[in-house]
Amino acid sequence: MTASATQRQSFDVRILRQAGPGQQSYWETFRIPYEPNLNVISVLQKIATMARTAEGKETTPVAWDCNCLEEVCGACTMVINGRVRQSCSALVDRLLEEHDGEIELQPMTKFPVVRDLMVDRGRMFRALERVKAWVPVDDYYDRGAGPKESQESQEQRYPLSECMTCGCCVEACPQYLKVEATRRPNESIEEHEARQTEAEQGKFLGAAPISQAILFNDHTTGGMISDQRLEALTSAGGIQVCGNSQNCVSVCPKEIPLTTSIARAGRQATWYSFKTIFDR
Amino acid sequence: MAKQRVLVVGGGLAGLAAAMKLAELDIAVDLLSLVPVKRSHSACAQGGINSVNDTTRQLGDSEYLHFDDTVYGGDFLQHQPPVKEMADWAPRIIDLMDRLGVPFNRTVEGYRDQRRFGGTLFKRTAFAGATTGQQLLYALDEQVRRCHAEGKVEIYEGWDYLGPIVDDEGRCRGATAQNLVTMEIRAFPADSVVLATGGCGLLFGRSTMSMACTGSAASRSVQYGAKYANGEFIQVHPTAIPGADKLRLMSESARGEGGRVWVPRTPQDSRLPRDIPEEERYYFLEERYPKYGNLVPRDIATREIFNVCVNEGLSVEGDKQCVYLDLTHIPREELDRKLGGILHIYEKFQGVDPRDQPMKIFPAVHYSMGGLWADYERTAAGGLNPTSPRNHVTNIPGLYAIGECDYQYHGGNRLGANSLLSCIFTGLFVGPCIATDLASLGASAGDEQFDLLMRAERSKKEMEHKQLLDRPAGGENPYVIHQELGQEMTKAATVVRRNDQLQSAVDKIYELHERARNCSLSDTGTWTNQNVMFTKSLLDMFPLAKALLQGALARDECRGAHYKPEFDMPGIESEDPAERRQQAEAWCDKFDAKNKKWLKSTIATFDSKGDPTLSYEDVDTSLIPPRPRLYGIVGGDIIEQVWKERQQKASQAEPAGASS
Ligand SMILES: Cc1cc2nc3c(=O)[nH]c(=O)nc-3n(C[C@H](O)[C@H](O)[C@H](O)COP(=O)(O)OP(=O)(O)OC[C@H]3O[C@@H](n4cnc5c(N)ncnc54)[C@H](O)[C@@H]3O)c2cc1C
Ligand code: SF4
Ligand code: SF4
Ligand code: FES
Repeated sequence: MTASATQRQSFDVRILRQAGPGQQSYWETFRIPYEPNLNVISVLQKIATMARTAEGKETTPVAWDCNCLEEVCGACTMVINGRVRQSCSALVDRLLEEHDGEIELQPMTKFPVVRDLMVDRGRMFRALERVKAWVPVDDYYDRGAGPKESQESQEQRYPLSECMTCGCCVEACPQYLKVEATRRPNESIEEHEARQTEAEQGKFLGAAPISQAILFNDHTTGGMISDQRLEALTSAGGIQVCGNSQNCVSVCPKEIPLTTSIARAGRQATWYSFKTIFDR
Repeated sequence: MAKQRVLVVGGGLAGLAAAMKLAELDIAVDLLSLVPVKRSHSACAQGGINSVNDTTRQLGDSEYLHFDDTVYGGDFLQHQPPVKEMADWAPRIIDLMDRLGVPFNRTVEGYRDQRRFGGTLFKRTAFAGATTGQQLLYALDEQVRRCHAEGKVEIYEGWDYLGPIVDDEGRCRGATAQNLVTMEIRAFPADSVVLATGGCGLLFGRSTMSMACTGSAASRSVQYGAKYANGEFIQVHPTAIPGADKLRLMSESARGEGGRVWVPRTPQDSRLPRDIPEEERYYFLEERYPKYGNLVPRDIATREIFNVCVNEGLSVEGDKQCVYLDLTHIPREELDRKLGGILHIYEKFQGVDPRDQPMKIFPAVHYSMGGLWADYERTAAGGLNPTSPRNHVTNIPGLYAIGECDYQYHGGNRLGANSLLSCIFTGLFVGPCIATDLASLGASAGDEQFDLLMRAERSKKEMEHKQLLDRPAGGENPYVIHQELGQEMTKAATVVRRNDQLQSAVDKIYELHERARNCSLSDTGTWTNQNVMFTKSLLDMFPLAKALLQGALARDECRGAHYKPEFDMPGIESEDPAERRQQAEAWCDKFDAKNKKWLKSTIATFDSKGDPTLSYEDVDTSLIPPRPRLYGIVGGDIIEQVWKERQQKASQAEPAGASS
């Protein structure tokens, strides 16, 4: 902890706010009494208690997402001092060292804003469905153990299966573009979601689901439908969109070897394309 | 008749397991959850999941021993048939999770590896790195996503369960819920509702649990007449990192590797820890328990740390309870090699390197053993009847409870790595039971005859919502009240419980509840209003908090995690054999008397204001007779000897066959 941090009385948090989808965004600044060992979540909790800006104006509490508070659920992603990351593991002392006196919070830019710092990441979950990210077992009855697996294979699969669908990788990706079907007045939740899903058709999957496809192709039973996953990876919005800029791998909080997954997905997809040409 | 549907509320391990099993049985499922299911609290579990396996079997292990460890660990407060059934299912559950692709750690030959956990002598615990819960949750999430793709499960994420819909005959016909984004309130008609909504750590303000663990769903159900059982049984883990927002778990292995626990002798000494000389440090565990030192049993460590901070005022910091857990005397390389993983968590969240500075730790609320009362139907052999519609149903027909939000499996204290098991087990097991129940129903909740009921219940919830929004400004602040509630609960009802403190906490909680009824909202918007959702869950914390405190106040004994010094039964100090024997006899008499009075589940029912009334229910201990839990107690050997002799005498006196 630096001396300046311990002597500090208070610090400011600038937040990009938005009342709802399609609404104008605006900045609001909050003044927080300094305490050591705060993280961004505890700052947001303090703001909820105050509901007053730095200028003393009454305001609404800021909306944001979180659950585990220990960097394992993936809920709390936002852009903090210009960098996408989990807010629960973003420590105020460190942030103030980087950026003296002020912390800046913004919602992720690649997803529709729901309100303030809360965004709709449904597209990421739908992408998991597109690549069939599961093991297609026959049933849930007792059929003994799963396939034997080498330590090496487990050690390769394990890091990939730590992906918490937080979205940092796609936020940082130059090829992943925002898709937003703005809600129409009086549209039901289901109608809106259907339009949003429709709009995402053929748009880039992003690094996380590509890596998940590889995770399941690597499993003995999961690999039995690898062709179906490769079909998804080679169709519109698939692996070919990746420009290999490697931004994703450098922001992943779980340090998942995304570019390795992407390279492997690329090779498997090439083989699959050959195979389908000759099968025809 | 419209097609029957089941509504599963909660998408942690329990809810997901239930949803996928029901879908397999060709029952239409609606899965509703506050958070996207993949972000459920189950993701936090680190250690592993228990079951007997081929290796431990060869060392003499059996399902029976797993069952026995669980019941002994829980201080005999569980009905035994469900626990027996769970232990019997455990190996099959691990196999299933293995088939679903969970990356369990492997041996050189490619088998699943196992580790040892507290409360057992066998390496029974399967694990996937240090994120077993996450891996299990994801495997189930993937299966449910697959069911969703096949059209068998509808998923409603970002919906808050507001309560069951109960018809004139008292049967549950669905539930109301509110969308967290649009604030729309809907009635979900369902022929059964399964609650899998997890624990209630947020009653204590901060705990090792996630933000969604408010207990709101359980509370809303008890306010419709469901019974709540053993609310006072809350597990407190000795070592967690106190944070401004959350208490994060710090594994016991830090002490196992030589970590020393201490506080400065001068209260709130402002010097840096390394500037405090050895003689001004109070290594309280080492001083008070010279034999065990820092490795006293977990419940004792928890109690002593709590005592030194709360009652002796020696917390390291003035406004925050904590003691030092010091590793700085251990060489860095050794620390990195043996404890790298957990040191990383401390560094990440505290911004301090525990290799240079002692960690600040404190016990933290960790698990709710109590929960919604649920029924079961036993077989003559002592297990559960596999398709009985009674299994896991609450006292409201059609409303089921599973996972951490039910009370069945862990009694007075939960053994590590048994919760992930109970969650998946209850999720899978309840499916066929519900199928039987649905088959017996003449109607479907989707039928026209229930339209009026659905509409009435929805309007009622809309009214309540509107009333909250219309609160006059200038009232109480819900976040401040939550802080006060958490402080009260933590002070009175965690590690050490005293009747005077509990009584004063009860009084304060009633007061706070009144104040909470006068909260005003700083946000009266109709879009993603987290303020109003928080206020609702805050209001619903009070009935459970009251049941918890009143249950603890009434229970004048020590059992499992519930410890009252006034009713402690100290060990036997005497060295003289005859006197030792006499004292052991007296100890056993006292133990018998205590069990007669208190080996009972606490059952709370609630009136319209959310105030509980307590009653007690006998526990089915027909399979394993209760015995004293003597771990670490002085003179345990002689107590055990006397106890065994008594048991023998009793079984000889009893004619064969009379016990069944
Ligand atoms: C840090 C930590 C480590 C642990 N490690 C282990 C371990 O190693 N081994 C072990 O066996 N156990 C462990 N446990 C315990 C175990 O993780 C939990 O008991 C278990 O995951 C609970 O699962 P569940 O399915 O019952 O509920 P949860 O996973 O808590 O899920 C609850 C679900 O209900 C939903 N919900 C809640 N309220 C509402 C509402 N009002 N409306 C709609 N939906 C709602 C939530 O969105 C969520 O989907 C640990 C616990 C903690 C805190
Ligand atoms: S790959 Fe990494 S950054 Fe991307 S969603 Fe998964 S955990 Fe987040
Ligand atoms: S490597 Fe591909 S997926 Fe990753 S950031 Fe670059 S373009 Fe995006
Ligand atoms: S709150 Fe779960 S990752 Fe931050």
